[in-house]
This record gives sequence, C-alpha cells and structure tokens, in this order.
Amino acid sequence: MGPLYPQELLNPEYNLLIGFLIGIGFGFLLEAAGFTNTRKLAGVFYGYDATVIKVFFTAAMTALIGLFILHNMGIIDVTLTFYPKTFWIPTLIGGAIMGLGFIIGGFCPGTSLSAAASGKIDAWVFISGVFIGILGFIFTYDFIWEGLRKAGKMGKIDIAQWIGIKEGLFIFLLTIITVISFIVFQKWQDSWTKKMDKSDLDDLGL
Amino acid sequence: MKIQRNKYINSYVAGFFLGLLIIAAYYFAGEGLGSSGGYRDVAIGVINTVAPEYAHQNAFVAPHVNSDEGPMHTWLVYELLGVIFGALISAAIFGRLKWTIGKAPHITNKKRLYLALIGGVLWGIGTQLGRGCTSGLVLSGMAVNSLSGYIGLIAIFGFGFLFAFIFRKLWINTKN
Repeated sequence: MGPLYPQELLNPEYNLLIGFLIGIGFGFLLEAAGFTNTRKLAGVFYGYDATVIKVFFTAAMTALIGLFILHNMGIIDVTLTFYPKTFWIPTLIGGAIMGLGFIIGGFCPGTSLSAAASGKIDAWVFISGVFIGILGFIFTYDFIWEGLRKAGKMGKIDIAQWIGIKEGLFIFLLTIITVISFIVFQKWQDSWTKKMDKSDLDDLGL
Repeated sequence: MKIQRNKYINSYVAGFFLGLLIIAAYYFAGEGLGSSGGYRDVAIGVINTVAPEYAHQNAFVAPHVNSDEGPMHTWLVYELLGVIFGALISAAIFGRLKWTIGKAPHITNKKRLYLALIGGVLWGIGTQLGRGCTSGLVLSGMAVNSLSGYIGLIAIFGFGFLFAFIFRKLWINTKN
C-alpha cells in the first residue's frame, strides 16, 4: 500500500530515480501544453487564452478524484504523505506576492524551468531572480520573516472537514465549479479570438 | 484566415496526464509535484558549501543541513532535473528549441528582461514565505484537499487578477 517511500517500501535510490522520471513527464507536459509561452500564461488573467485554466484544473481534479478513490480503496494512505500543513497568514501574503510576481515576471518557478530548457532567455533571467529572492529571504529570515512565516498555524487541515461537509460532496461541487469555469473561460477566449491579429493568434497557438 | 490550433497538445489531455503524475508522485514518494522546494534546496546547498558555519546558524537553513547526504540530495531536486530534460525533449520534438524572449509585441526586450528579474525575485520571496508555489502548494495541495492549497489558489490567482488589471499594459495592447 502506498505511499511506498515513507513506509520504506522503496529504496532511496529508486525513489530519486522515479522522481527524475516523474519530472521528465512534468517538464514534457508543461512544454507540450504551451506553459513555456508567457503570453499564454498571462492570457488566463486577461481572458484571451484559457489554456492555464484547462490544464491546471484538469490536473487538479484528476489527481483529487484519483487520490480520493485510491485512498478509499486502501491503495494509498494519503495521511502518510507529505501533507501540507496550513499556515494561513503567510500563505495568503506569500500568495499575493506570487500573484504580483506572476504578472510582472510572466512565469512561475516550474514553468520558468521548462521555458529556460527550451531556450527562453527571459526564463533564465526569471530563474536568476528566483534565486536572488530566495537567498535574500534566507539572509533576512532571522530578523524579518521568521515570526510571519510561522503565524496562523492550523496544522494539517482538510478543506472539506474545515467547511463541515463530506469529502465526496466537496469534490462533486468542485467538479461542477471547474466545468463552469471551463465554459466561461472558453467563451472569454472566443470573444478575444475574433478581434485578435493573425500574428498574435499564431504566437499563442490558441 | 487559418488559425493554428494544433501547435500545442490538447489542454485537457495534458491536464489529465499531469494529474496522473501527481498521483504517481504521492504513491511512490509520498510527495507532491513541486518546484520552489527544489529551488530552495539548491540555494541551501550553495549556502552550505560556501558558508557552512552560517548555514548551521540561520534558523531557516539549519533544519535542512543536518542530514549526511547534503541538502541538495532531495527528491524535489531530482524531479526538477527531470523537468529540464522533459521540457528539452518536448521542445525538440515540436520544433520549439530556439533562443527567444517571450513577451507582448509592444514591450521591448530590455524591459521584458528587467520585469522577468523582478518577477523572479518576488516569486523567490513569496514561495518561501507562503510555503510553496503553483505546483507544490496549490496543485499538489488541492490534490489532497489541503486547506493550504486552496488558500494559495485564491491568493495567487485572486491577487493575480487584481495585479493583472493594474499592470494590463504589460501584456495587452490597450489601444485595441
């Protein structure tokens, strides 16, 4: 029963090899889906490209439903995985900083790595910026960030339990919201497609 | 007018397989797909090599440098090496392997590179404060129904839409 590595059912070398192979799939899909194209990534915020919404939420729902089923079948125990603890204050503030970084920088850390590998010069610069930011954070951690990063600690919180509904119902409602968002963003994209230049559309490969 | 609609693979197909990879990551390693954690491990590895004494004093770095294998020998770092290879393979197959700068046509190259640098710095800070990025915090967090992932989702995309409106001239030509 999974997860294998945390229960010592997989030796460390194989675990890292599998990580490398999963990474290859991750990078391949990001590039193949168009996530190395900054204009496509930014497009989700302006409505002219719905790719991010479609890929992102299809991935999230596939994993969410898949893990829910596997957990209930006893094939994987999700509670034994690296389950993110919630610290709502730093995640909210950090998320806002990341949102600003997304609009200014045009990438996020994963997509920039894929983009750099495919030859995007701006992605190399972005990655340099990420390292500068992380190093700056570390060097100032003791006297600026430590208290804030540990604020709002809630522990391992399942959102369905937190709201007070059954997990299955939460997933069902989220699926409906996802499908509606696909339709809305597709219509938004279609309204742009009519008024965009051919060169823009070729660039986006809408 | 012929619109190229076959340039990238189908978004739903890509998303489905990405979802399967997240399940595989949790099944084998007990980890979600992440990116910023790997960046952090590399940064900590560099600090530990250059200034090992400082690494043991800094409250953020110290917990990561106690293992025998070294702070860069982590699942996330190997996963990120894979991401680089995977993107390289895809770009080569689809004929997109070339040096370019991705930007809206009305933005100069120089401006784009400055903005990319600033954006990167913001991500560097935001990910370490917020405990992950779009993949590790939000996508992998949502996959296990973690509240943290949904807070990250709302913060990154919610504020993203707000900042997108404020800085709309960076991406869309508002004269149209």
